[in-house]
Amino acid sequence: MALEHNEPGGISSPEAAAPADVIMPRDTRILVASQWQLIWWRFRRHKLALFSAFILIVIYLIVLVAEFIAPYDPGDYSARYTYAPPQTLNLFDTRDGQLSFNSYVNDYTVEIDPQALRRTFVIDPETRIPVRFFVRGWSYKLFGLIETDIHLLGPENPRDRIFLLGADSIGRDVFSRMIYGTRVSMTIGLVGVLISLVLGIFLGGISGYFGAWIDNLIQRSIDFLRSLPTIPLWLGLAAALPLSWGPLQIYFAITIILSLIGWTALARVVRGRFLSLRTEDFVMAARLDGASQMRVIFEHMLPAFYSHIIASITLAIPGMILAETALSFLGLGLRPPVVSWGVLLQDAQNIRSVATAPWLLTPAIGVIVSVLALNFLGDGLRDAADPYSH
Amino acid sequence: MTQTIANPKAPLLEVIHLKKYFPINKGVLSRHVGDVRAVDDVSFEVYPRETLALVGESGCGKTTIGRCVARAYKPTAGQLRYRDAAVQPRGTRASDATADGTDLATLSERDLIPYRRNIRMIFQDPFASLNPRMTVFNIIANPLKIHKLAKGKELEDRVAELMRQVGLRPEYMRRYPHAFSGGQRQRIVIARALALDPRLVIADEAVSALDVSVRAQILNLMQDLQDQFDLTYLFISHDLSVVEYVADRVAVMYVGKLVELASTDNLFRKPKHPYTEALMSAIPKPDPRLRSKRIILGGEVADPANPPTGCYFHPRCRYAQERCKVETPPLRPVGDHLVACHFAETLDLAGIPAVSAS
Amino acid sequence: MNGSVVENILLEVRNLQTHFFLQEGTVHAVAGVDFVLHRGSTLGIVGESGCGKSVTAFSILKLVTKPGRIVGGSILFDRSNNGKPDIIDLAALADNSPQLRDIRGKDIAMIFQEPMNSLSPVHTIGDQITEGIMLHLGLSKADALKRAIALLREVGIPKPEERVHAYTFQLSGGMRQRTMIATALACSPKLLIADEPTTALDVTMQAQILDLLRQMRAQFGMALMLITHDLGVVAEMCDEVVVMYLGEVVEQAPVDQLFHDPKHPYTQALLKSVPRLGYGRGQRLNPIRGSIPDPFSRPTGCPFHDRCEKRIPGRCDVVHPKLTRLPDGRTVRCLLYEDEAS
Repeated sequence: MALEHNEPGGISSPEAAAPADVIMPRDTRILVASQWQLIWWRFRRHKLALFSAFILIVIYLIVLVAEFIAPYDPGDYSARYTYAPPQTLNLFDTRDGQLSFNSYVNDYTVEIDPQALRRTFVIDPETRIPVRFFVRGWSYKLFGLIETDIHLLGPENPRDRIFLLGADSIGRDVFSRMIYGTRVSMTIGLVGVLISLVLGIFLGGISGYFGAWIDNLIQRSIDFLRSLPTIPLWLGLAAALPLSWGPLQIYFAITIILSLIGWTALARVVRGRFLSLRTEDFVMAARLDGASQMRVIFEHMLPAFYSHIIASITLAIPGMILAETALSFLGLGLRPPVVSWGVLLQDAQNIRSVATAPWLLTPAIGVIVSVLALNFLGDGLRDAADPYSH
Repeated sequence: MTQTIANPKAPLLEVIHLKKYFPINKGVLSRHVGDVRAVDDVSFEVYPRETLALVGESGCGKTTIGRCVARAYKPTAGQLRYRDAAVQPRGTRASDATADGTDLATLSERDLIPYRRNIRMIFQDPFASLNPRMTVFNIIANPLKIHKLAKGKELEDRVAELMRQVGLRPEYMRRYPHAFSGGQRQRIVIARALALDPRLVIADEAVSALDVSVRAQILNLMQDLQDQFDLTYLFISHDLSVVEYVADRVAVMYVGKLVELASTDNLFRKPKHPYTEALMSAIPKPDPRLRSKRIILGGEVADPANPPTGCYFHPRCRYAQERCKVETPPLRPVGDHLVACHFAETLDLAGIPAVSAS
Repeated sequence: MNGSVVENILLEVRNLQTHFFLQEGTVHAVAGVDFVLHRGSTLGIVGESGCGKSVTAFSILKLVTKPGRIVGGSILFDRSNNGKPDIIDLAALADNSPQLRDIRGKDIAMIFQEPMNSLSPVHTIGDQITEGIMLHLGLSKADALKRAIALLREVGIPKPEERVHAYTFQLSGGMRQRTMIATALACSPKLLIADEPTTALDVTMQAQILDLLRQMRAQFGMALMLITHDLGVVAEMCDEVVVMYLGEVVEQAPVDQLFHDPKHPYTQALLKSVPRLGYGRGQRLNPIRGSIPDPFSRPTGCPFHDRCEKRIPGRCDVVHPKLTRLPDGRTVRCLLYEDEAS
């Protein structure tokens, strides 16, 4: 019987040459380490995944305190500032030859092109609009509970307007709208994934555990669902939603639509793991101990899953985000006044906007950053997920 | 089933015409096109306090028999008569315990539960048979918890005692399997098997995956435990030298059938089946002075899904005659052996001569 | 090693060291290995897990990949065909140098434990065998194919002219192992390294394959380096034996002397712990106590001292024994003999 399994391409690890009767770790911590600790230690080595995790923590903090961070209410518009370009936030002032700390943005001077009757904004470096941190602005309820009007940053004089990422077609602050859009886009993915999770684990689990015709039935259904072209399907379902529904109802309807398709990937993963675990000796040992099937599944098999499930979820969220963005961009998902990245990108649908006001595309950066971060994080989690696979 | 080896004790386990077929399904609609005959009509007895070895090569069915006896698989046909006065089948009284014992092959899962305490299994791969996500304590305590035999402090004491009995330090019970070497993990597996005070222990290649110098540790441990707890072993192995060391009687299997059954001494000194002879001849002996012309069997082990006609061994047998191709030999007593060969009486086969330990 | 018996030596390994650089630390998988292989002879390398026997074999053909690396020592191989020594140090060659590729497959060939892993699933076995032939012997495709068919016949594959066009998965386990042997022998190598070639096989199949190796060895006149943990295989096949423990050679001796007069305490203990046919229940098996040490924390002094029955307290745990040459030519790495020999 094999004691040493060597890969003929070359030995790349001494584990390949020294498995059977060697006690591997010398650090006592590893001896008593649970699977979560082992997973964490493996995960730590993926610098990119760690960095992505950090980015995502920042993003979800923004989601939590969006009102605090946004200087303006997202619906707050001003006809004077349509398509105003972004103003850079300066922290140091060199006026009068001296360096002093003074956070401000430059104001605009407005020029009107006589021929096209178009208003253009030019940043005037001589002017100063003071910007302060933790200023008083419009009031809101933090976490929906605490009434306050403190914002992370904003103009010292509440009547001034600052546009850190420019303004859109009716003078709304793109920066504030981006922050609010983050909240909707990043959470719609979570709700949808949760529903997919339940469906995926349940259907994938019974498929993998019981096998036979149940497995066949579920897998063929999955094949069918996956073969449906997604965009027309979404469009059809979204268009079927009654126009009279309020934005919140539409929000949830969209998430349900997304998750009804998304559960298939997770189900496949769960089924695969169940199938491979079913034949493991320790599962048979548990059955021979007298454990019921339920006990075997929940106490002995499921713990082998959790990390895989977490990795799969992390990798499923970007799909949800992209799907919502696409639907809303096409006008069939969320609609104003709800603000999401997709809704924001609707404003960038024509050439004129993109050419003259390219800052309207910044929500796309939000999508890219979050999707990349989630993918890198998911990859790292997936690699670390099985600390016992040698 | 007549007993050919005079034994006053009644058998603990009687395997009667056991069959286990695995269906082969092909095509989109999974039609049943044939069977892999893993175990093809096998009968034998296991007596209390003995070690009966099942030997053979891959595909012979020895592991499948072990799993059928443990009821990890449900047999396709046949009986597994288990006689143990200590276990009452559900719904019977002590006086009902028939001399024939209970047939485990047909019991439902619920009815099997009391028997799962008496028949336990030791697995081959100490890496795969321990859940890497459970502590040693939980692994050993699991059967005790399921059968509600102990809890709390008492449970912890029992686990500590079991660990000591198999030679492990009880302080290690909060560790995970990856902290232990292969030999130590196998000890954990043995402790788990012993947790319920079993009568019959099925050891499925218990030492095959261990380092050579560690095997002796585990074999000695198993023998000590057998003496201490009155255990009966069904010892499944492909390694004949280990089998000669531990077994009282040996059953040789080939492609799902039992071809020879005899006491260890009788089997090794004077085998009566050509396959047994070839098997023993094929083993390389760890002594260069014992290099001899060996019987090299041509061909490969027959396919259990498509076995040859007549005697399954006839295509590779150097003594095969016409009769062997047509007629399947029954397992019958010849001298002190049970043999399945038409010519068992007349063949003069070579075994392994006994060496006196110097 | 002086030049007097050099004509007969095919391969000499001196102080070979191969280390694996891992996150947790460095594993000295091969920690100073010395042995000698003579032309046409069969050398067995035997040891348990962690002894480094496979890594040694892979090191010889420079097949060790990251995070492993040869860090020291020399592998002297005599690749001449005409009696005048032409010695090359394989350890000093760059990993992909043309000289190395010239030797691999032609002068030194290797077979592995699991043929399913080392044969390509997407090429016919004919393609796999002829590749080496065409590369090293310069034959045309047609001639190479003829040679391949002849080789398949040699190794006992029935209907070779048909089988040569089969794919790996269409063959049974024994056939695959034979195919692997045919591929290795295609260019008549001087040395065949066999890494646990029969460990995964049934006993009767093992007998067939060992018999085949014996035949091929005689027919091709080649040297055979047989790596295994099975002492029976060693006794059957080998002329000389090297015993390894934790990355070092602890003993090298002719096979009969090793089994009947072992010098190193590990060899002695190993032989006493293995059941032997014929002794039955009458024998006493003496296991070696303890287990193989963790490769990250090697014991001080002699690597075997903590499990050794004959250790000298105060010396064996402090002094690392050198490889001593005994008067009869054998080598042992043990302080018990260092005193005698000096």
